[in-house]
Amino acid sequence: MRNAGLTIAVPRGALFSQSLDALDSLGIDTREVRLNDRKLLFEDVGIVTMRPTDVPTYVEAGAADLGITGKDVLSEQSERDVYELLDLGFGRCLMVLATVAGDDPAAEALRRLGVMRIATKYPRIAARHFQRTGRQAEIVEVKGSVELAPLTGLVEGIVDLMATGTTLRENGLVVREEIAVATARLIANPVSHKLRAEAIDDVVARLRAR
Amino acid sequence: MISPTPSGTRDVLPDEMRELRAITEAVRGVFDSSSYGEVSTPALEYEAVLARGDAAAAEPAYRLFDESGNVLVLRSDMTIPIARVVASRFPHAEPPLRFCYFAHAYRSVRPSRGQTREMLQAGIELVGLPGPEGTAEAVTTLCRALDATGLEGYKVGLGDASLYPAMLDGFGVGEASRRQLVHELVTRDFVGLEREIEALRLAPDAAALLLRVPQMRGGPAVLDLPAGPVADAVAGLRDVLTLLEPAVAERVIFDLGLSRSLGYYTGAVFEVYDQALGAPIGGGGRYDDLLGRFGRSLPAVGWALNVERLHIALVAERRR
Repeated sequence: MRNAGLTIAVPRGALFSQSLDALDSLGIDTREVRLNDRKLLFEDVGIVTMRPTDVPTYVEAGAADLGITGKDVLSEQSERDVYELLDLGFGRCLMVLATVAGDDPAAEALRRLGVMRIATKYPRIAARHFQRTGRQAEIVEVKGSVELAPLTGLVEGIVDLMATGTTLRENGLVVREEIAVATARLIANPVSHKLRAEAIDDVVARLRAR
Repeated sequence: MISPTPSGTRDVLPDEMRELRAITEAVRGVFDSSSYGEVSTPALEYEAVLARGDAAAAEPAYRLFDESGNVLVLRSDMTIPIARVVASRFPHAEPPLRFCYFAHAYRSVRPSRGQTREMLQAGIELVGLPGPEGTAEAVTTLCRALDATGLEGYKVGLGDASLYPAMLDGFGVGEASRRQLVHELVTRDFVGLEREIEALRLAPDAAALLLRVPQMRGGPAVLDLPAGPVADAVAGLRDVLTLLEPAVAERVIFDLGLSRSLGYYTGAVFEVYDQALGAPIGGGGRYDDLLGRFGRSLPAVGWALNVERLHIALVAERRR
């Protein structure tokens, strides 16, 4: 069944299967999407798949009416003009500040050098956190494994998303501060939210009742 | 040699200009036949004058100094300059006054499709005609202008900027929480709105109303509310509806959560949507207090269309 003609942007990666479970509960047939990890556009069921960080881009532009992505992505791209309709509850993660175990090298750098160097894939969330807490930090944006940065001396700490903490532990890192909780959110394009009001409200009501 | 233009600005070349011109000429025809007189004002204004209209308008994208050290800004819309014109150039003219314009406005937006820092606006200001009559005339002229361009699938979202503040007043919500709630609403975050409302620990039906009303949008049935402060607040919208001819009324979607980012709106507000474009094509509303700040206290309503977005929507509609 196609979902009343709505196009939904679904994030590949950690949120993928639970996002599809949520869509199953709307009566959308997601079997083809689950079986096919190369194909991106599933027109019959109104699903497009993409990286979670791209979901707000497609939804803001109206290329998708609805989308599912993490609160971490939305906080990092807070200037995006999209409606945040529902906390879907799954994909719960913590945004944390972590450093190597033992004496806190970030605190020491802040005390002795006046600034700590922090590697992250979330430069705006990190910058906001240190600004809000009145500490000077030099944000180093990296694209790949953030855990590597403090181990090589590039930085004293990292701000990253933590699901279970296993990756941090395996790299000898410990959590120093919890910054925010992130869960999956349902977002909508502002024009679709007005012009497709009934269909969108129906999706929200059914996902809320799940 | 390739020399760039500043971020968020662009050149318009003859093929595009011809199409933009066709749009503005069609709109100008409607303005002429509806007795709106075209005005032009300086792109540069004194910062102190714009700030009198709206504190947010004093945070423009481009700010400079003249040779005497005065702070000048590039206007961020045409409404405040026309308020200045009305008070300064027409201090005694008998209202209502009708003005229209085709002008560039400048905002510090993140440049994207249909979102430039220098945007061409086509709009009207109707001064001295209070709501609902003034609002109905403005919405009617808006629909005529859009019809003249050939846009087919558009809708006009109609809400009231005073609705949510009135509800918050009615429930005795204090200033700090109020700012937070309005922030969640303006940033379109209903998850955050629900969290903030829960934190207020209001009576369950009050909390439910504060969360539900801003999400209500659709046909006139939206206005059928149980008696109470919210029903009183939307009575003005119902009055506007009764004054609209059927072809215009058909275009209207009532939207009780509609909030526009500019701070000077006092009553009815509206936005233009077309499924062919993911962002509003234009909008406006009532600003009954603004002219008083310039020394001529008159109710007023106005709107502006973003001509470049309108063009994108027209091209997209024809491609479908």
